[in-house]
Amino acid sequence: MALTRRQRARTFRGAQYTLLVVAIVVLALVADWGTIGRRLLNPEVAASLVPDVLVIGLKNTVVYTVLGFAFALGLGLVLALMKLSSVAPYRWLANLYVEFFRGIPALLVFIAFGFGVPLAFGTRFGIYTTVMLSLGLVGSAYIAETLRAGIQAVPKGQMEAARSLGMSSGRAMASIVIPQAFRIILPPLTNELILLTKDSSLIYLLGLSLGQYELTKFGREAMSSQANLTPIVVVGVCYLIITIPLGFLVRRLEARSAKAR
Amino acid sequence: MTAVTAAATPSRATGTVQAVVEIRDLRKSFGDNEVLSGIDLDVHRGEVVCVIGPSGSGKSTLLRCVNLLEQPTAGTVRVVDHEVTDPDCDIDRVRRKVGMVFQQFNLFPHLSVLRNCTIAQDKVLGRKGAEADRVARMHLERVGLEDKVDAFPAQLSGGQQQRVAIARALSMDPELMLFDEPTSALDPELVGDVLTVMRRLADDGMTMLVVTHEMAFAREAADRVVFMDAGAIVEEGAPEQVIGAPREARTREFLRRVLDPTHVEPGSAGR
Repeated sequence: MALTRRQRARTFRGAQYTLLVVAIVVLALVADWGTIGRRLLNPEVAASLVPDVLVIGLKNTVVYTVLGFAFALGLGLVLALMKLSSVAPYRWLANLYVEFFRGIPALLVFIAFGFGVPLAFGTRFGIYTTVMLSLGLVGSAYIAETLRAGIQAVPKGQMEAARSLGMSSGRAMASIVIPQAFRIILPPLTNELILLTKDSSLIYLLGLSLGQYELTKFGREAMSSQANLTPIVVVGVCYLIITIPLGFLVRRLEARSAKAR
Repeated sequence: MTAVTAAATPSRATGTVQAVVEIRDLRKSFGDNEVLSGIDLDVHRGEVVCVIGPSGSGKSTLLRCVNLLEQPTAGTVRVVDHEVTDPDCDIDRVRRKVGMVFQQFNLFPHLSVLRNCTIAQDKVLGRKGAEADRVARMHLERVGLEDKVDAFPAQLSGGQQQRVAIARALSMDPELMLFDEPTSALDPELVGDVLTVMRRLADDGMTMLVVTHEMAFAREAADRVVFMDAGAIVEEGAPEQVIGAPREARTREFLRRVLDPTHVEPGSAGR
């Protein structure tokens, strides 16, 4: 018998809710809650991590990310300007760089820095320098693309107005175009920061001493020493403490720039 | 055409007639498309010259060749005693003395009204702090917006934005002001305020080259009106002559369409 359109819609929606409830019930019944409470969500284990996971893990993740991001921003700006240069070899070099670092896994870059640079130059950089360079090199490739798009999104009339007031092209770029480009790309740039926060978990490859542990390394060490998965859950929550406010910030910025148009 | 030029003596130039802009056989092509095909035009100190003509006639391109926002293909352009078409000319130095007002205002949206008017003083002239503020406020008062110094461009109406753009240009103490259809992007009720400011500027003796569709403004404020069509100057002279009693058929045709947009050609009625 044919159903009316409203009946069909109601039936379909009802089916979706039923599926959801069934899935939750099945998971709840199948899961071994005793073990989960002991091995995965153990409050005592979580409590034992508490000062260190924040003052070592969280702090280092933030420090490494900020260092990498700062370097990536600077290098990304240079690359973006090279991409927009009228000198062709600059454009080629910048394109080559961006394609290279966007195209290989960040993990490889970290391995290259952790082991390749000491081999090639016979010295090791300090941990902060190494982190800044390796995270920065990867991040700059993405940021360069974002920045180039941002600079090109600034209306041509802005450059013309600045030039017609007697500013040189470099001055106009620095005082008028780039500040506006940054406002345009603030949301995507914040996304880059979130991605970089997570990429910082690859730093463990460099071989860190205890005080240098970032969140993931800290969690893995605690996991093996305590034979318990709870530390992984705890550091996961710590990442979210960083990234969720950033994501919230992105949405706020997007809403604000939508209003300014 | 040379006869027409000779007939058009500037009415307000005093003493020795000094050309602020001197354009000779100016040509500009975009690819195969010749937009300007041999323009000769002088603008004298204190003179207000309005350029009128149909869209696509090359008016804006002519204006933009004066401060080299467009690079001329051939010919010479002299502006305040600098030959800007000379490759060795330091165009940034010339542009300081040439204010430009754009159709789309092009205010800097990330800066306050006051900063819009001081940033070039600061970065180009090295005029900083209180002195730059004083100059900016003086010109903002001149355009009737002294109470908007702390506003941002997005908070202003189009007419207010365009007046800020005029104040911004004036803050550089220009010897010449270029206006590129300054009222074409404005709602009709906002046009008057901008034209009033321009009128006052003209009365104060500013040298002005104005591309406009405002025939009333051209008639009242211009010392000389230039009619362009298809990349060439068709007719130029006093406003009462060019707008009031045009000699050329193309000028008459253009003015008829502009002044009476509802007019229907006899042949085209009913199709």
